[in-house]
Parts: sequence; C-alpha cells; structure tokens
Amino acid sequence: MNILVLLRMVPDVVEELEIAPGGKALDADLLRMMLSESDGHALEEALLLKERYGGVVTVLALDAPEVDDALFTALAKGADRAVKISDAGENPTTLEAAYTFAGWIAGQPDLAYADVILTGVQAIDDLDGLLAPLVAHQMRLPYLGIVTRLAVDVPGRVATAIKEYPGGVRGEFDVDLPAVFGIQAAEKPPRYVPVAKVRAAMKSRQIESVPAPTLAEAGPSLVNVVAMEKPQPAEWAAMLEGSPEQVSGKVCEILAGTGLL
Amino acid sequence: MPDPAASVYLGVLGYAWLWAMAMVSFYLFGTRVWRYAGVLRGARPEKRWDRLPERFRRFAAQVLGQQRLREEPLIGLAHLVIFWAFVVYAAGFFWNLVRGLLPFLPVPYADDVRWMALALAGAGFIGLAALAVAAVRRYAFPPPRLEQSPDAAVILALIGIVLVSWLTGWFARPRLPALAIAMWWLHMATVLGFLAYLPYSKHLHLLASPFGVFFSALQPGGMPAPSEGASRRQEFTWRQLFSGLACAECGRCDRACPAFQSGASLSPKMLMHQVKELVRAPSDGAFQPEGIWACTTCYACMSRCPVFNEHLPLVIELRRRLVSQGEIDARLQEALTNLGRYGNSFGQSPRNRAKWTQGLDFHIKDARKEPVEFLWFVGDYASYDPRLADATRAAARVFQAAGLDFGILYDGEQNAGNDVRRAGEEGLFEVLAEKNRKTLAKAKFSAIVTTDPHSYHVLKHEYPAVNGGFRVWHAAELLDTLLRDGKLSLQQTPPGTATYHDPCYLGRYNGVYAQPRRILGELGVGFQEMPRNREHAWCCGAGGGKIWMEDLPPASGPRERPAESRLREAASLAGVDTLVVACPKDLVMFQDAAKTTGLADRIAVKDLMEVTEQAIAPAREKTHA
Amino acid sequence: MSGNVWVFAEQWRGRISEITYEALALGKELAGALQVPLEAILLGHNVLPLAGTLGKADTVLAGEHPALAELVPGLYAEALAALVEERAPCAVLIPLTNISLGMGTLLAARLHLPSVNFCQDVRAAAAGIEARCVLYGGKIESRVTAAGTPAIFGIWSGARSPEAGRSDRAPSVEEVRVTVPDDTRVRLKRYIEPEAGDVDITRQEVLVAVGRGIQSPENLALAEDLARSLGGAVCASRPVIDQGWLPLSRQVGKSGLTVKPKLYVALGISGAPEHVEGMRDSSLIVAVNSDPRAPIFGVAHYGIVGDVLEVLPALTAAIEARKEAHSHA
Repeated sequence: MNILVLLRMVPDVVEELEIAPGGKALDADLLRMMLSESDGHALEEALLLKERYGGVVTVLALDAPEVDDALFTALAKGADRAVKISDAGENPTTLEAAYTFAGWIAGQPDLAYADVILTGVQAIDDLDGLLAPLVAHQMRLPYLGIVTRLAVDVPGRVATAIKEYPGGVRGEFDVDLPAVFGIQAAEKPPRYVPVAKVRAAMKSRQIESVPAPTLAEAGPSLVNVVAMEKPQPAEWAAMLEGSPEQVSGKVCEILAGTGLL
Repeated sequence: MPDPAASVYLGVLGYAWLWAMAMVSFYLFGTRVWRYAGVLRGARPEKRWDRLPERFRRFAAQVLGQQRLREEPLIGLAHLVIFWAFVVYAAGFFWNLVRGLLPFLPVPYADDVRWMALALAGAGFIGLAALAVAAVRRYAFPPPRLEQSPDAAVILALIGIVLVSWLTGWFARPRLPALAIAMWWLHMATVLGFLAYLPYSKHLHLLASPFGVFFSALQPGGMPAPSEGASRRQEFTWRQLFSGLACAECGRCDRACPAFQSGASLSPKMLMHQVKELVRAPSDGAFQPEGIWACTTCYACMSRCPVFNEHLPLVIELRRRLVSQGEIDARLQEALTNLGRYGNSFGQSPRNRAKWTQGLDFHIKDARKEPVEFLWFVGDYASYDPRLADATRAAARVFQAAGLDFGILYDGEQNAGNDVRRAGEEGLFEVLAEKNRKTLAKAKFSAIVTTDPHSYHVLKHEYPAVNGGFRVWHAAELLDTLLRDGKLSLQQTPPGTATYHDPCYLGRYNGVYAQPRRILGELGVGFQEMPRNREHAWCCGAGGGKIWMEDLPPASGPRERPAESRLREAASLAGVDTLVVACPKDLVMFQDAAKTTGLADRIAVKDLMEVTEQAIAPAREKTHA
Repeated sequence: MSGNVWVFAEQWRGRISEITYEALALGKELAGALQVPLEAILLGHNVLPLAGTLGKADTVLAGEHPALAELVPGLYAEALAALVEERAPCAVLIPLTNISLGMGTLLAARLHLPSVNFCQDVRAAAAGIEARCVLYGGKIESRVTAAGTPAIFGIWSGARSPEAGRSDRAPSVEEVRVTVPDDTRVRLKRYIEPEAGDVDITRQEVLVAVGRGIQSPENLALAEDLARSLGGAVCASRPVIDQGWLPLSRQVGKSGLTVKPKLYVALGISGAPEHVEGMRDSSLIVAVNSDPRAPIFGVAHYGIVGDVLEVLPALTAAIEARKEAHSHA
C-alpha cells in the first residue's frame, strides 16, 4: 500500500508573533517554524497503517525553515521516503501549496496511485482554504476530513474512516481508495523518537530534493491581505489579585452577588 | 586422633573418599562458576582496572573492614566476626584438604598445629556467637525487606554445622577419637557441600562481592557509559550483570529506596534478584523489570549497599532501551520534546528564561557579552517555575549584596541535561550539552556557580571540559566561603528554628553536607537535624525525570509520596518551624507536600538563599505572583 | 455589486447548527450594507420543516435530494456549485463546524473562487467585501479582500451571537432543483453515539472545567470537590479527554458539547478557539491560569493568574466556609 503524507511547517506560536514592517505579514526574523500539529497526527496515522497493513510511507513537504528537521524526524519514526519540493515560492498560501503538492504527485508514476493521502485536518495559517480538500479536488479524489481512525481493506480498495462530529458523536464512513483524508488525531498520540535516532537518520538517510512543478493553474493569489494585526480583545477579564485565599474570597462575593451562592 | 585420610571406610581408603568428594564438589562448583564467567565474558566490556591503589584501599576498608555493613552496628560487628571466622576456617579447610588429598606431603593437618587450632577454636566460638546474633536478628527481629528465603536458612545451618563440627571434633580429639574423626569428615563434607552449593545460592556473594567491591565504580554518579540501552543479557556490561551475583539480598537498598517505600512497584533488591536470574538463565533472555520509571536516581540504594552493587546503571540502561523504542509515558514524552525544541521542560520560549529578573532593582550581567568572575547557571525550574521566582531573586540579591561579580546566560542557557540523561535520553543530553558547551566556550568566566544541585552534578562531572576546565560551585559552597570571608554583612537573625534537607545531588552524590549547616550556623538560625540526614537524607521524589512524569498511584498500600514522608519528618521535630532546602525542585516538592499533608501552617519551606536574604536585608513586602 | 448574500444553513440530524445563526446575523448586516437580499441555502433530504427557523433570511432556497440525506462534503459542494453558477450570489457565508468542514473549500476550488477561512467578520468596504480572519490559534487577525465573486467565507464561531441570527418571522421558501453528481465514493454507514455519561453537562447550571493545568488525573478530585460545593459537574477541554482522564461525554468544545451554564469555572484552560466555541455563552465565566496572557481571559468575566492546584482548593474552602456561615445565619 502506498501512503503519502503531506507535511507543512507553520509558525510556532509559543514564541511571540510580531508583525513585519508593512503590516501585511509576520516578522520572519522572530519566527520559529514547527510541523503543523495535525500533520504530526497524520504522519502517526500513516505509520500505524504501515505497521498494520504493510506498504511504503512517503512524506512530502515544501521547502521551509526547519523542514529538514521534520523530515528527518519522520524518517527516524519509520517513513520510507522523504521528499522536499524546493522553489515553491516564499510563504506559499494553502491553495498554492495544494497546487504544488498535487502537481508534483501527478507527475510521479509510482505515486500517482498513492492509495491513501493523509494530511492534517487544518493548519493555523489556512487562510485561503484547507489543504486536504484542495489536493483532493486537484487530483479528482474523494475527501473526508476530521478523521480520527482509519482501517483499510487493501485488496478491496476501500477504507473505513471515523469522523468526528459535535457532541462526541462519531460517523463511520466507507471511502473508495485512492482518497485524501484530513486527520484530526491519530489513533495513538504521535510516537516519541529519541534524538539519537533522528541524528542517525540525518547521517544515514537522504531527503530527496525536487524542483517544484510548473503549474498550469498558477496565478495571483485569490485572497489579498490588507493588514495583519494583533487582536485587541474587546473585553478582557477583570483580574482578581491576591493570595489564593484572597481571590477565593473575592470570587465568593461575586458568586453571592449573582445569587449563585 | 589417627589420620582420617589414611583410615579405611567401607573398604576404601579415606583419601580416596576425599578425592571423590572433592572432585564432585569442585566439579559442581567449577562448572557453575565457569558458566557464569562465560555469561560475563559474553556481556559488554567495561574498564574497571584503573586507579588500582584506590581500589585496593577500598577493598581493605570494605571487604576486610566491612565498613558499610558496620553502619548498622550490631549486625555489622557480627558479620565482621563471621567474615573473619570464615577466613580462618577457609584457610584451615584448604590446609586440611590439601593434606588429606596428598597424604605424602610432609605437612601436618591444620588441626594438629597448635596456633592454627587455637585460631580455629577462637574463631569458632566467637563465630558461633556472631551467628547466633545473626540468626536471632533474622528470625526474631528481622528488619523490613530482609529476604527470608529457605536459602538463608540453609546457609545459617551450614555455617553452624561447619563451626560446630570442628569445635566438637576439637573437643573430642583427646577423649573420643572416633567422634573426632566423624566430626572431621562431617566438617570436610559440609564445607565441600557448601562449596558445591555456593554458586546456586545467594551465598555466591561470598565469592563475588570481594571482586564486586574491587571493581566498583570510583567516580560518583552511577552513570553508565553512553550506549543504546539494554534489555537482553549480552547488552549489559559484565559489571552490571555482576551486581546480581554479588547481591546477598540483605534488603538495605529497599529500606533506603524512597520509591519503594512510597508503594511504587520498584524494588532495587528485586532488580538485583532479576539480574541474578538473568545471569543464571540457561539461554539469553530479556529483562522486563517493573517500576524502573519510579526510580528517582537518589543514589540511596548504591550508597547503602555493602557489596557496592550498582542499581542505577541498570535502571538507566533499561530506560535507554525503552526510550529508544518510544515506550515512555505521555508526560515524559512532552517534557523531552519540549527540552529538545525549547531547551526547557516547560515548553516555554527560550526568550522567557530570564523573565524572573524583572523583579530585581538591579541588572544582572549578560555573561555571553561581558566577562564575569562567576557564571551563574540558573537552571530550568528556578528560571521558569513561577513558584520559584522569589527564591531565585533572593539568590540574586544575596550574590549582589556579597559584591560577587556574576552574570547569567539569559536565553543562551539550556537545560544542563542531568535528568535527561537519567531518564535515558542520551541523544538529547548530547544535544543540550553541546549547545551549552558552545555557549560556555564563548563566554569569559572563572568559575560556574549554580543554585541547582542537578545542574551542579552534571556540569561538574559529566560535561566535556570547556576553556581548559573550570570549577563548579554550588551556591551553598560559595556562600559558605563568602560568609567566612566576611563578604556579607548580617543585619539580623532570621526568625524561627530550622531543619535542613540534604539534596540528593548535593549530598549523597557530592558530599556537600557541612557548608549549608555552617551557613545556617553563621546566620544564627536555630537548628535541629532530622533523623534521616546527610547520606541518609530522604529524597523528595523529583529526580531522575520523575518530576516530568505522571504521578501514578501506589502499586499497593496507602499513598505517601516521598516528599510527604520527608515533610512529616521535619514537622515531627518539636520547635522546628522551617524546612530549609538548597534545590529548586525540593522547594516545589515540599511546598506541594505541605499542602497535601495539611501541614502548611505548621512548617514553612524556604530556600537557603531566602533565609540568607532575610539575614542581610530588612523585611521585604512580598508581592504575589 | 449585484447578487444576493447567501448563508449556507448547516443542518445535521434534524437541527440547524448554532453557527448558522451567527452566520445569518452576520449575513444580515452584510446584506443590509450592500442593499441586497439575504438568502439561506438549505440542502438535504426532508429538511423543509427546518426552513421556518431561518427567518432572519429574506428567502430560504431549499434543495431537496435523497443523495443529500447526509452531509458528504464533496456532494454538497457540487450541489452548491451548480446553484452558485445558476444564481450568482455576491458572497457565500458557510459556518465552520465539524459537520461541513471542507465543503466550502471544495466549493471554492470547483468554481475557481476565493475561499476565505476563519472569518469572524465580513463587511462591505470600499474595495468590495472585506473579511477579518483569526489565524495562528487566535493570536493574529488578518483583514483580507477576495479577488473574485462570490467569495466563499468560512465563518468561525464567535462572529456574532446566535440570538442575533434568530427570528420569529417566517421566511419565504423557494424550492430549488439540485443536481447531485452520481458519486458514491464516500458513504456514511452509521453514527456512533458517545457512551451516555452519568452526567449531561449541557443541563448543568454550574460547570467546573479542567484543562491541562490540572496536570494529573488525581487532581480531578479537587475539581470534583469544587463542583460538589457549587452543585455542579466537572467537564473538560480536549487534552484532558484525549488522555482518558474523563469520558467523551464531558468534553466541551468544537468536537464536544456546547454548554451555557450560569457559571463556568475554567481551570488551567488556555482558551484555544476550539474550546471557547463550546462555552463562550456561559453567563458567568471565571478563569484560573498561570499565564497572564492566556486567551481564556479574553472570554472570561473574571480572571485569576495563579497555580490552579493552589487556587482550586482555596476556592472550595472559601465556598464551603461561606455556605457554613450562612447556614447558621
């Protein structure tokens, strides 16, 4: 079974985000990038599928700061092949990324038939769309998002997917393969891979660096950023100061005032 | 008494019998020991031939002098006596055996040589008395965790028979020669039997432990050389496996273990037992002990073990293997991932590392940019945990008041890696150590001072040399010197009566006991020792990465976390109202314990630097975080 | 600009989703500013009865088709695409929930139209329609314009209050013909209900919510104590549920339940949008977090910066003391 995982790097929001001069983008100097959280789950789900059904896991990413680290980590975790697409433009939007990914996949004879394409359900910078449905649309494949579990009938070319609904309800779907899935969470939390294994992967494994495909459908972005700001919340909580005992007393007063106590 | 070997029994000459018995005994003994030796040879190598004079000195003190055993005075003395009695009897036995096997030698039996016989008699009587003490202790007043196996009973019996048979024979010689001969044979047969039995019993420690002590680890720390971890027999080093053979199952390690005593499924003694089983196993096996994540690496087991067994390296090797397989709990995984990404276990931006300095009214030098005399390595917890900011600032103010030329690394500091190593993530340790090493190499300083014993230990002992080597101080060592040099002017005596908790990585690992006590003395603080002090200090339970792990309920029995037990111990001292600590993790662990035990009103937990600050400054209005 | 403002009425299992009403409120404002009608698009099978709840819209375009019985994003996107091409609205507002996630993107891709995600506001501006989008987990806002009409705006929870999108008015209902491609590659087989918990948190007047700040399952007992003192129940954000410390029936948020208690005490919850979505309409929100800049304080009425494990028992003690004192009065 051929499993393809699409990985994207997003800004690490643990760091303070600052707006660049010009006010339309983030200040890249202060930015640290990390693998999008649900992409990490997508990778884990892919590795679990490989363990269960056998096959080859390929991870695909656009060139970005710190992407090598993510790719080597994926290899150390058990991915078979890591491919990095360079010259895909600086800070591609989700739509541009989708075109690039789909374009490259379509040009690969062995991957054109990737049975299962996984990526995270969404990323924190998905301004102009979600990656999974965009890639599915480009490749004319079926799509299902917010998936938390996958089982595959390999010969029958059908996957059973569990999708999350509100209120804790789950839906069980049958999806004809090949298909694209937006993974919300893997069945198990993403595995830990020791630093030694990642370093060993850096020495002994290769990341294939490939040029971006020329895109027939490239064009100016459909969504234009007018301005980027840090939100000023309309309201901020009234902060209660003091020792735990003191604030507790104040809370009691408040509750008494509203008749809850 | 006629020559036993020359007499005839059942138509066969005595020495033929002796030869037969000796060959069977030596065969059984030899093949078993050879098997063990083969297992050890097949294990990973480990160099333990260095620093020979020190090794001989340790051998003399610990094997000949039984020093560690004598920490428990009564049984220590008894065991010393039994040991030496055994030495005398072993000498006598081999003398007799050689003479019996080779009757043409123009040598009398040992028993026929006056001084030897007197020695044997004297040793026999005192030995029996000591044996009686040991037996009464084992059966009437056994200390907890003493392994009550049939094996132990057999050994007591055999030793008793060995001594009694010789003494009876000695008495019988002038009057009842037949009895004397019978006792002679009983004695020889028992010793030969004991010899054959030895490699199958825990009494193998008799043979193994002198070697174990000789080849014991000379540097503090219990840290095995870098490896990928171990779970199969041949993946451990010979010295790690050897501990199983040298273990006498006395239970001192279990009694000292805070994890075990708080109900975790970790038993250092069982760990040793399982290693022994691993060595004895007919074919290669894998090792799956329970509870190795419960170990806080407090070093109590290794510091109590009379045969210098090495529990910690086993735990760490096992952890390394589990880490390499990704089999770690979710919270530890999160901490390690954060450490790899942000250089701290809190998952906070490196840029926030020095935020605690904002509460100070002076600027601390940036040791990356200007030369300083003392580079203060602050540590993760002291930097990031909001509950510790006050204590960290107190230390800064004390340094400032003492006129110390110091600086910090600001966001250049990474976790020193002590607990990362002990959690088994060797690769991550290397990354952190490398980053720190690079930062230190570019800085200009004369010495490092740290308020964190974990950082202290790893920087002092496990970091590659930087800038030609530098001295690492713990703040208590430095403060002790500063006080004695009169660098701090003391304004008032801090209130209250205190007791002091020796941090594991400062005390047991590095022997720093006197300085904090001297400091409290200089400050004029009223002081009382807790019963478990210095080497016997009771770990707070945070070390070895445990503070990053899930707090699991005990495997059995009611829960009392190590920190709670320790806090109760402090509170049990009438008149003591303050528990003074010298480690940031101790501070949070004991403050939490004060809440969960409900003793927060009875006893306050303070850092040594906070107490010192009280002595040098007028009372400050504390702001709440 | 010609063309109407459309709001996709998201229905699932016989109910219209709450965010649909937020989108209707937003759509009404936009339509008013552009001086065009507001139309609600209701697709499905046997969903006509739901049209009456969409009175905020001038007209409900109802598309009935058996193939639309379950919301499969691809099928719905195709049906919507046909309608959009036919009727040329000027903007399409689609609620972003688990139910239809992905549909908006597919619709936009299908018609080569701009898709704008995470919108909390959509306004008429000089250059056309401008949206305000929250990105990076709520830490950054982008104001954007779209190059193409209609743009497909994905409306993120919190844009407006659902109340503003409800109306007693009966809208006019127009039944429209929908074409659905014969594509059965994605098939819903069944729903899996969560195990009925002992407690229905949506019916509680007081909820004590725990997040990662609770640190370990054993500290849940402290939260239970507080809940008991206040006569309420314990609920949790996603990380606590994922760890298995509480059952699914206690999850509040996008993938969990939406609650509106009189009192919501948020302990050690950072305030990620996915969680806030599920509790923002609580009457009184008190939050405790060690990070003074945690987003939860932007939603809470009262905030306490501190260690949850210190404040929590103190709160319980204070409440018990007060109850004790008043029971003797």
